[in-house]
Amino acid sequence: MGIKSSFLGDAAFRSIVITCALALVAIVGLVLFELLSQSRLSMSKFGFKFLTKTIWDPVAEDFGALPFIFGTLVSSLVALVLAVPLSLGTALFLTEICPRRIRPVLSLLVELLAAIPSVIYGLWGFFVMAPFLRVYVEPFLARYFAWTGLFGGPKYGYGMLAAGAILAIMILPIISSITREVIIAIPRQQREAALALGATQWEMLRMAVLRNARAGILGAVILGLGRAFGETMAVTMLIGNRPEIAKSLFAPGYSLASVIANEFTEAVGDVYLSALMEGALVLFALTLIVNALARLLIWSITRGTPARALA
Amino acid sequence: MALGAIALAALIVTIPLFLILGTVVYRGLPALTWSFLTQIPKPVGEAGGGMANAIGGSIMILAMASVIGVPLGVGAGVFLAEYGRNQWGNIVRFTADVLNGVPSIVIGMTAWALVVVTQRHFSLMAGSVALGIMMIPTISRTTEEVLLLVPQAIREAALGLGIPQWRTTLSVVIRTARSGIVTSIMLAFARVAGETAPLMFTAFGNQYWNLKPDQPTAALPLQIFSYAVMPQEQAHQQAWTGALVLIAMIMFTIIVFRLISSRGIMKGAS
Repeated sequence: MGIKSSFLGDAAFRSIVITCALALVAIVGLVLFELLSQSRLSMSKFGFKFLTKTIWDPVAEDFGALPFIFGTLVSSLVALVLAVPLSLGTALFLTEICPRRIRPVLSLLVELLAAIPSVIYGLWGFFVMAPFLRVYVEPFLARYFAWTGLFGGPKYGYGMLAAGAILAIMILPIISSITREVIIAIPRQQREAALALGATQWEMLRMAVLRNARAGILGAVILGLGRAFGETMAVTMLIGNRPEIAKSLFAPGYSLASVIANEFTEAVGDVYLSALMEGALVLFALTLIVNALARLLIWSITRGTPARALA
Repeated sequence: MALGAIALAALIVTIPLFLILGTVVYRGLPALTWSFLTQIPKPVGEAGGGMANAIGGSIMILAMASVIGVPLGVGAGVFLAEYGRNQWGNIVRFTADVLNGVPSIVIGMTAWALVVVTQRHFSLMAGSVALGIMMIPTISRTTEEVLLLVPQAIREAALGLGIPQWRTTLSVVIRTARSGIVTSIMLAFARVAGETAPLMFTAFGNQYWNLKPDQPTAALPLQIFSYAVMPQEQAHQQAWTGALVLIAMIMFTIIVFRLISSRGIMKGAS
């Protein structure tokens, strides 16, 4: 094989591969570009007030996204409160305590949770979980926890609590998987040092593992939050689809992704469409910020760990 | 005590999985007949009918999505592993993570703006573009990981024998990592197979058979959603059975490929 032909081959292969990488960057650029250009009409009409108004009136062409931002944030927060303790526990169990034989089975089960499509979560939540909430859980919460002010009002079953609950199940696998990666990245010596100083297993986990992995665990949690922001189908089927801000978790709400899913194909008029696009832009910005922050935190712990250790 | 709580947490986490799978099987199995798999939907309110058009549509959309997603994803992965151990690579890596985190409905809207608005109608092609875009970051990150696991000694041996770099990467490195790459492709496939939101404004759905790329097409997740929100009991039954078919397809793919390799669906999903 001559030198010339190998140069040609190298250059050709290299450019093909670089083109693929550039295509990826170009796609993200396209997403941003389309969102910005389609929402320009709405941005010029409403300005920053779009983020603070609570009116969503397609007939009068007056749109404000605050109820949706509220719905997205609150449902995701509820999901975090429910999911984080369970995910942390699962991750700790799988990495530190679980007998070696059960580990692959249990971790496969957690992964299968991640494989269930969003619409099937919605289906199950709609027909099984929400009625269960309405009949058993919400009366219980209303009777004993009404003093918090979060559990008042009529009990529909569908609403912020239902959306938060289904989101919690959906983000469990990702928080647990990243936490596992982070915990594995903590050097063995830390654990051994704690045990050598006389710590019990729980004390060792608390001092050597959790404390050192703090930043990474926070990153995993924030990543789960970002995933919850973008969830569409399951939330749409459970959140009640009412664009109002309410204090109670029993009340129906509306999230950014849900309003887009429900109203996009029926949007009449350029302003309506543009307002929905601007909602998508807000959602994109939220997930971007959250994901970037999470990545930074996780990288600070796992940096330097070879890929094999994380596999 | 604390250890017990940790073990309890792990136990609790597995409960929803069995509840959901159990409900889908329990509610979906009664109507899973041969006619369900071969007939198109009957008019609203009539008994019978099936989701054959949705199953066929989903498969077609996924096939075309792979044509877009797999080459670009593997190519980007090769770039990151072989030519990307530098600042440029970090930029591409970061961008892949950004794309991964973009909500699926936003990607659907982008495909809408790019394909549907330009062509002035919904189409199977638009749905494939949306799903293909979603496959790229997953495939590229896992391909990069798998390629990095190939020992440097193999590359050096090939180069030492006089094989040009492009040939080394193609015939030696990628061939060694072949099964890992195939596994990641199948897992990315299984992930996007269940996506509904990006198809809502691209493929749009269809009551009849369509496999042509320039027409709206039915897809299994879309069909499940539209049936679930209808008031009729028959529609709900169809939704459960459709869900059973969808979940069976996805779980089967994942379990088979998980058993073949040690790679999981979470890799590249974060």
